[in-house]
This record gives sequence, structure tokens and C-alpha cells, in this order.
Amino acid sequence: MQTTIKQKMTALAGDQAVAYAVKQSDVDVVAAYPITPQTIIVEKFSEYVANGEVETEFVCVESEHSAMTASLAASATGARAFTATASAGLALMHEMLFVTSGCRAPVVMAVANRALSAPLNIHGDHSDSMAQRDSGWIQMYAENAQEAYDSIIQAFRIAENLDVLLPALVGLDGFTLSHTLENVETLPDETVKEFVGVRKFPNVLTHNGKTAPFRLDPANPMTMGPIALQNYYFEFKRQQEEAMKHAVNVIQQVNSEYAKISGRSYGNGLVEEYRLEDAEVAAVCLGSTAGTMKTVVDDLRQQGVKAGLLRLRTFRPLPVEAIRSALADVKAVAVMDKCMSFGGNGGPVFHEFRHLLYEAANHPYVVNYIYGLGGRDTSPAELRSIYETLQGILQAGRIETPIHYLGLRG
Amino acid sequence: MTTQEWKFTAKDIAEKPDLFLAGHRACAGCGPATVLRLIMKATRGPTIVTEATGCMEVVSSIYPYTSWAVPWLHTAFETAASNASGIEAALKIMKKKGRISQEHVDVIAFAGDGGTFDIGFQALSGAVERGHDFLFVLYDNEAYMNTGIQRSGGTPHGAATTTSPAGTVIPGKLEYKKPIADIMVAHGMPYVATATPYYWKDLMTKVRKGLEVEGPAFLHVFAPCPRGWRSNPAKSIEYAKLAVESCVFPVWESVDGHCQLSTPSKLVALAPQKKKPVADYLQGQGRFRHMFKPKGKSVLDEVQRITDARWDCLLRKCGETSKTA
Repeated sequence: MQTTIKQKMTALAGDQAVAYAVKQSDVDVVAAYPITPQTIIVEKFSEYVANGEVETEFVCVESEHSAMTASLAASATGARAFTATASAGLALMHEMLFVTSGCRAPVVMAVANRALSAPLNIHGDHSDSMAQRDSGWIQMYAENAQEAYDSIIQAFRIAENLDVLLPALVGLDGFTLSHTLENVETLPDETVKEFVGVRKFPNVLTHNGKTAPFRLDPANPMTMGPIALQNYYFEFKRQQEEAMKHAVNVIQQVNSEYAKISGRSYGNGLVEEYRLEDAEVAAVCLGSTAGTMKTVVDDLRQQGVKAGLLRLRTFRPLPVEAIRSALADVKAVAVMDKCMSFGGNGGPVFHEFRHLLYEAANHPYVVNYIYGLGGRDTSPAELRSIYETLQGILQAGRIETPIHYLGLRG
Repeated sequence: MTTQEWKFTAKDIAEKPDLFLAGHRACAGCGPATVLRLIMKATRGPTIVTEATGCMEVVSSIYPYTSWAVPWLHTAFETAASNASGIEAALKIMKKKGRISQEHVDVIAFAGDGGTFDIGFQALSGAVERGHDFLFVLYDNEAYMNTGIQRSGGTPHGAATTTSPAGTVIPGKLEYKKPIADIMVAHGMPYVATATPYYWKDLMTKVRKGLEVEGPAFLHVFAPCPRGWRSNPAKSIEYAKLAVESCVFPVWESVDGHCQLSTPSKLVALAPQKKKPVADYLQGQGRFRHMFKPKGKSVLDEVQRITDARWDCLLRKCGETSKTA
């Protein structure tokens, strides 16, 4: 795709790319706490603050719980707020994630995805953010540092869209992306600033009977975060679901708008299809695994195997129609989970896919591969074995083992 | 307007419109509701209020109604101070960027004893360490009243609550009330004070001082709860007086670490013979009823002992001579 704007190529680790995107996005308040493998984001951003390169209040909070709360409160006051965390930090925020989405505060957060204790493990998997599945946050997962940079910029536009007004998290795989240097193309400051714009507010009816922007403003007193009981709570929750539905469209719009200025897009913003056109067997994965998986697919294609890949970029809202359409002609699907749902008969992404494919016309075979927990490396050979399993299923005409553990000690 | 210019006369107060409005659903005789109304009468200009989960939050914000005539935010139980941190940070940068119209906006955080002594303490300590410019008001009714009278770190020794009942073996709460205001002074913060609604002018003056100081201010307000204390709703304000006269809850302030007694407690220090026995304050409160039975004598004595010891300690801190021996 032709891009009209000259971009700068820099070697950046995923965390640095995130910090750089935040620096360019005219963020008012950053409230964050250090945790591996997210720490570089706050370190790098602290440098920008110390050198006067950003107009941002940086609040060095005493915990992730306060990081999320301060971000939420800043957002409620009308600020553009950002935070970043991982693993235990995200788990500590859990309570406040629901409050943030419930208050319709469009906070943006980077999550350097990492395993949860115990045993303690600092390496990458998706247990942390998958455990926040139902917290009302938009969830997007980056394949590489470039996408982490691009997604953070896009996330502000998506979250703050007046039809959405929901918080958004961008996941980047711990260490694999957070700490690995890649060539990243960055847009000029002015271009990003113009793209994200100044935050807008919906006009709401205040209890004075006036119409005013939805934020804490002494000129227009508003009660935010009230108690709502049996008679109103349910309606609040239903509205959040409606906002998620709007996000499906807004994510696609922002993805194509961003493509116009950067030359980069990620599928339709929701899912990225890789050689799926005539694929018979396909894998589904999130995040950095897709990079390796694409080379595996290429190899298999050379050998005449009709293999394809669906990378789920947006996990929440779950793009049901886009997934069904992408997999419409596939005969067997392997859904990969870097996360366990103990006692749940498969991982969380598998649950989603098997359930939404139940009503798909092609009715493909669906199996689950749980892999890479605690940062365990997954080799191209192991990934290739997934497709071999799918071919075996097609030959046999049945699924023998619905749930596989890839690369697990025997 | 500075503290000196503000007179807090009954006329001034009556004429100033309420910001904590009538119609909320607090119990009859609710100390905290009176405290909030007085405090909101003492504000000096544009103000944003944030509140921890608790009695006052629940009674004042039942959707679609509200008792708040100022912008108000509630997020969770342990978050009054972290809310204030985020609000203050946002106001600071938005003013710099020309995105808000007000020259200055005061930030007040309200929390009960649970939201301050216990679950909210970490956020409070962190916010004060970072030096955010806000006033934290602890309305202390000495237990988790909203959930049904459970003991907190602010519940005094001997008090019966639903999780520290006065049983046949254990006579109410065994532990002692955390000296929260002293702990806040130890943070090195510019302004800490204690107050009760009986001495309303003292309370309101302290609110104004807390708002005027640059940086964090902490106000510990004694707030009787007839429901939780099993006391007569008509006597709430009287208990707010007796607590000071018996030195169970002395009123004082610490400005930049310099501690001094406020007038009501200063009068007790000057005339120690007028210091009332704790029994005068405890009597009539159902939560202390067991102390007035023969088996409760030792608990009563212990409450007197700890009250005297803490009062002595406070006198020394304030440079007063101890006369209570």
C-alpha cells in the first residue's frame, strides 16, 4: 500500500514502541507501577517526562490497583489516560477493570502478557489478560512490535469513540515482543497527534436538567459511579454490551483510516486471514505466534498442503461474523490457547471458536492446542505437527483427541 | 477567601447553599451525614468530591437520585485516595493545556473508617507520599456500618460489633484503635487534624485550612452512628462532645509536623479536674453495655487506662504538661 507520509525506521523493543506511541498520543495522565515484562514502558516514559518531551502528568502509584483507579479517575475528569501492566499487576487491577468499563472511562492499557503465579514465572503467556475476559474491556493482541506501536495509537481512537466509550487493552507477548528489538516504522509526531485528536465527550443530561459533557466538571455537577440497584443496574450492563457491538465497526474503521496514513493495516482490524482462501486445514492463534505460524504455513503450502492461518487480533469484542466468514470453507480448525481454563474442557479461545462454529454452515472439526505456558518456546516443527493432526482428522473423519498440549514434557 | 476572612458564623453558614443535599437516605441521627453537610458548607470554591464505598456513598447516590450538588465520583471501597490522585493529576495537566475553565479546583476524598484504616490505607499512604493536593476526610463511625457493624482497625478496644461480639469468653474487640491521625502525621504531610461535629466551627475551620494548604491534608472526623453504636439517635451530637471531654477523641491539629491542641481539648488540658471519666461517654452506647456488668469492669478499666495513656502522649507531643497522673 502506498503511504504518503514519510516514516522513521527505528530499532525498538515492543515496550519501547508502546512508550513511543503513548508519547505521541497527547496523553494527559499516565499512572503506572513497575512489573516485568512491562517495566520498560514506564521507564522509557519516565525519561520522556524527565526530559520534558511530553505534556503528561506521570503518577508513580504505589500499586497496580491504584494505577487503574487513578487512570479511571483521571479519565472521568476528562483526561486522556494510559497505564501499563502484566501478570500479577493485571490480576491486582481486576476489580477496577470492571469499574473502569462500567464508568465508561476510555482508558488505554498495554499488557505485556505474562504467566500468573504459582509457581512464579515472568515469561509470556496469555493467562493474565484472558482472566480479564469478562471485565468489559476491548482486547487486542499484537503480532510484533510494529503492531504494538500502531495498536496503541489506534486504541485511543477506538476507546474514545463516542459510540464506544470503553477501555481498551493492547496485549503484547512478554519478552517475545516486549523485550525484543525489531525495526519499527514510526509516524511523525504531528501525524499521530492529528490522528488521535483531542478527546471528545458525549453530551449527557445532568441532574440540574442541563446538557453537559460527560466528565467531572464543577461547572456542570455530575454524579459518576453511583449505586444502581435492581431497578437500573441491568440497563447499565446492557448498554456496555451495545457499546461492544459498536466497537466491532469502529475497530474496522480505525484500522482502515490508520492504513491511509501509515500504509499498515492488520486484516480488517478484527481478524487477519493468512492464506485462508482455499485452505482445508487452519490454525487460529493470537499474538507473536502468528509470525512463526506464517512461515510454517508457507512451507506447508510449498509441499502442497492447503494450510491457512487465522490470527485473532481482536478478542473482545469477539468478531463472530468475521471469524465465521474467514473459516467458511475450512474443514478442520486447530484453536491455539496460551492459557488454561482449569476444568473447563479446553482453553478460552477454543471455547469461543467451537461455540461460534457450531452454527457455521461448513461445520468444521475443531480441536484445541494449549501451548507456550510460562514462556515455553514453540518450535516450527511443533507448529507443523498441528496441521498434520488436522490432516489426520480429515483422513479419519473423526477427532480422536479434542484437546492437545503442545511441547509438554511427556 | 482565606481562613482569616471566613467567619463561619451561623448566619453565613445558613445562607450558603448546601452542596450535600437533603433527601439522602441516611438513618436518623447519622453522625457522618451531619459531618458531610458541615464540611460541604465549608468549601471555598469549585470542588470535586470523591468517595469510597460505604454508608455515605450508598445513601447519597442511589441512581437516578443524588445528594451531590458538586461533581462526584465513586469507584470502589479502597480507592478514595487513588481517585483523588487521578482527579488531581488530571486537573493539573488539563489546566496547563487550557482544557478546563476553572483557575483552581479543590479535591476532597471522603472515606469511612474501613476505607481509611483498613482497605484504603495503602492508597492513602501512597497518595500522601506523592504529595497530591487534596483533602482526605475520614468520617469515623468506628466499624463497617454499611455491611452491618463489623469491626475495623478504627473500632475501639472493648466495643461489641458483629465480628467482635461481646461473648462469654471474649469481651468485644480485643485490639486497640489504630492511631490513624498520628500515622498520617508521621508521613510528614503538611496538615493533619481531628474534629467532631459538636465543635462545628472548629471542624469547618479545619476543613478550610486543609483545603488551603498546598499538598495533602488529612482530617479525622469523629462521627457517631446510632445504628452501629446501639445508641439514641437524639444523642449523636452529645457523644461527639463527650468523646472530647473524656479525651477518648481529643481534637488537635498538626501543621507541618507541629502539633497543638484545639480549643475544646486545650480547655481539658488546662483544667484536668474537668476531664470526664470514659464511663460518661461509654454509658448509653449498646456496643459498650457489657463493660458495665460486673464481668466487664476490667475492660472498662482498660479503656480508661489506654485513653489516659494516649492523652498523655498527645499532651507531650503538643508541649503541654501532663496533669492526668
